[in-house]
Amino acid sequence: MIAKAQPPSGQRHSAGVQLMLRILQQFPPYRWTQARLLRWGVRGRTAVVAIPYFWLLLFFLVPFIIVLKIAFSETQIASPPYQPLLHWAGEKTLEIRLNLGNFMFLVEDSLYWKAYLNSIKVAFISTLLCLLVGYPISYAIARAKSTWRNVLLMMVILPFWTSFLLRVYAWIGLLKNNGFINNFLMWLGVIDEPIVMLQTDFAIYVGIVYSYLPFMILPLYSNLEKMDLTLLEAAADLGSRPFKSFLTITLPLSMPGVIAGSMLVFIPAVGEFVIPALLGAPDSLMIGKVLWTEFFSNRAWPVASAVAIALLLLLVIPIVLLQRAQSAEAKGAHR
Amino acid sequence: MSTRLPLFRITALVFGFAFLYVPILLLIVYSFNKSRLVTVWGGFSTEWYGKLFANQQILNAAWLSLKIASINATGAVILGTLAGLALARFGKFSGRTLFSGMTTAPLVMPEVITGLSLLVLFVAMEQIFGWPQGRGVTTITIAHMTLTMAYVTVIVQSRLSTLDDSLEEAAMDLGARPAKIFFVITLPIIAPALLSGWLLAFTISLDDLVIASFVSGPGSSTLPMVIFSKVRLGVSPDINALASIMVLLVTIGVIIAGILMHRQEVRRQRDMQMAAAAGK
Repeated sequence: MIAKAQPPSGQRHSAGVQLMLRILQQFPPYRWTQARLLRWGVRGRTAVVAIPYFWLLLFFLVPFIIVLKIAFSETQIASPPYQPLLHWAGEKTLEIRLNLGNFMFLVEDSLYWKAYLNSIKVAFISTLLCLLVGYPISYAIARAKSTWRNVLLMMVILPFWTSFLLRVYAWIGLLKNNGFINNFLMWLGVIDEPIVMLQTDFAIYVGIVYSYLPFMILPLYSNLEKMDLTLLEAAADLGSRPFKSFLTITLPLSMPGVIAGSMLVFIPAVGEFVIPALLGAPDSLMIGKVLWTEFFSNRAWPVASAVAIALLLLLVIPIVLLQRAQSAEAKGAHR
Repeated sequence: MSTRLPLFRITALVFGFAFLYVPILLLIVYSFNKSRLVTVWGGFSTEWYGKLFANQQILNAAWLSLKIASINATGAVILGTLAGLALARFGKFSGRTLFSGMTTAPLVMPEVITGLSLLVLFVAMEQIFGWPQGRGVTTITIAHMTLTMAYVTVIVQSRLSTLDDSLEEAAMDLGARPAKIFFVITLPIIAPALLSGWLLAFTISLDDLVIASFVSGPGSSTLPMVIFSKVRLGVSPDINALASIMVLLVTIGVIIAGILMHRQEVRRQRDMQMAAAAGK
C-alpha cells in the first residue's frame, strides 16, 4: 500500500538544490541510470525487499546448495576436505563427478540406520510426553480467569528466556546417582539404592519435555482459548458429562493446536544435539549427534553433509503437517 | 463449566509450574552451597560467585557473547523489520513465495544443519573471495543474524497484519512519502514488537551453542561453548553461580519489558477510547 505512493518529487528541495538537480538531469549518464533504475523498479520499496532477500539467498539458500554439492563429493585429506564436483577434464569438457558413495555409506552402515530410527523414536516419545504434560496446563490456563491468563502464560514463557544449555544442565544435578531426586527418594525410604536415570533415554525424554514444553503449550493455549464455550454448555444441557464433552467436543476441536504443538516439539527434537550429549548415554545414537561427530571428530564433511540431507528429508512430512495445522488455525481465526 | 473441575485444573497448574521452576530454583539454591559436591548441602557460602568472577576464561567468553548478541540483535531487527514489512504490506511481488519460505525455514531447521551449511558457505567464500578471513566474531554474528531475523520477521509481520493500515493510507493521501510514513507512523506503533524481537534475538544469540560451535574459529569461544565444555566434565558449582546470575538478569529484563509493553498497551487503549469519544 505504502509503496505504491509516488513521492511528490522535488517539493522539499531549496532553489539551489533544484537548479543543481536540473543540471544533473540533463547529464546523459544520470538520465540513463535513472531510466534503468526506474525500469527495474529500483525504488525504496525494492530496497526493502532486496536487502533481506539478498541476505537470505546468500546465507540460507546458497549454503544448502553447497551442502548438497558436498554430499555428492568424495572425501579427501586436504582443506577443505572434499573433492570438487565439477572437474575440467581435458581442454573443453566439463566433467561432473556425482558420487553417491556417501549415501550408500549411510544405507549400508547400520550405525546410521540405528541413529535415524532412534532419533524418530526418541522424538516421538518425547512429543507424546510433552503433549500429556502440556495439554492439562494449556487447558487450565485457557479456562482460568482472563486476568490470570496473561500472568500464567508469562510464567510458562519465562524459563524459555533463560539459557537452554543451563536448563538442561540443571537436570544433571537432579538425575545423577547422588543427585537430588535419588537423595530425596532414599531419604523418604522409597528406594534403597539410587535409580540410574542420567545417561539413559529417560533422561533425554525429560530434557526434551522440559526444554520444549512452551512450544507445546503456546499453540495449544491459543487454540483452546478461542474455543466457543457455548458448545460445552449445550452438551451439558443435553446431559453430557464433562469428561465426555471433553472427549467429543474439546479434544477434536483442539486438534490443529495439538498437531501444531506436537510438530513444534518433534521437529527440533529429531535433530537435537545438546540434550543427548549432556543427558544421554555416551553411546546414545541421535542423528544430530552423529552429524556432529562426523563433522568435528572424523572431519568427514561429505558424510556429515549426506547425514544433513537425510535429516532434512526426515523432516519434510512434519513440516508439511505443521504448515497445514497453522493454516487451519488461521482460517479458524477468520471465521 | 468454569466452576467445574477446578481441582483438576489447579493440580495441573501446580504440577506444571513445579516441573518448570523447581530445577531452576534448585540450581540457584545450590549455587550458595559451600560443598564442592553440588548436590550435598554443606552450608551457606558465596565463594563460588567469587571464583566465577576470578575465572578469566568465563569472563572473556561472556563479554564476547554479549558483544555478538547485541550486534546480532540490532542487525536482526533491521533485516527482520524490512522482511516483515515486505511480507505484510507489499502484496504480491516476484519471488514472494521463495522469500516467505526462506524467512520461516530457519525457525524449523535443525541447528546442526544451519551450522554445517553456514560453515561450508564461509569456507567456500574464503576460498573464492578471500572473505571472511578465518572464522570468529564476524561469522558467528552473520550466522546468528540469519537465524534470529526469522524470529523478528514473524513478530513484525504478525504485528503489522493485525494493525489497521488506515492511518498509513491517510498519511499517504495527505502526501507523505513512504519512508516518512514508515518512520513517523508505522515504526512507533510497532516499536513494542521490535523491542520484543530485539530481546528474543539477543537471548537466542546469547544461548546458542550448536551454530556458534560450527562457525567459530580458534580464540573465539562464546559463553555457551565454554559452559558446554565445562559441563561435559560434570557439574561444577561455579556454573550454578553463573546460571543464577543469568536467571536473575533475564527475569529482571523480562519484567521490565513486560511493564513497558503493558504501559504502552494501556496508553494505546486509552488513546483509542479518547479518539472514539471525540468522534461521537
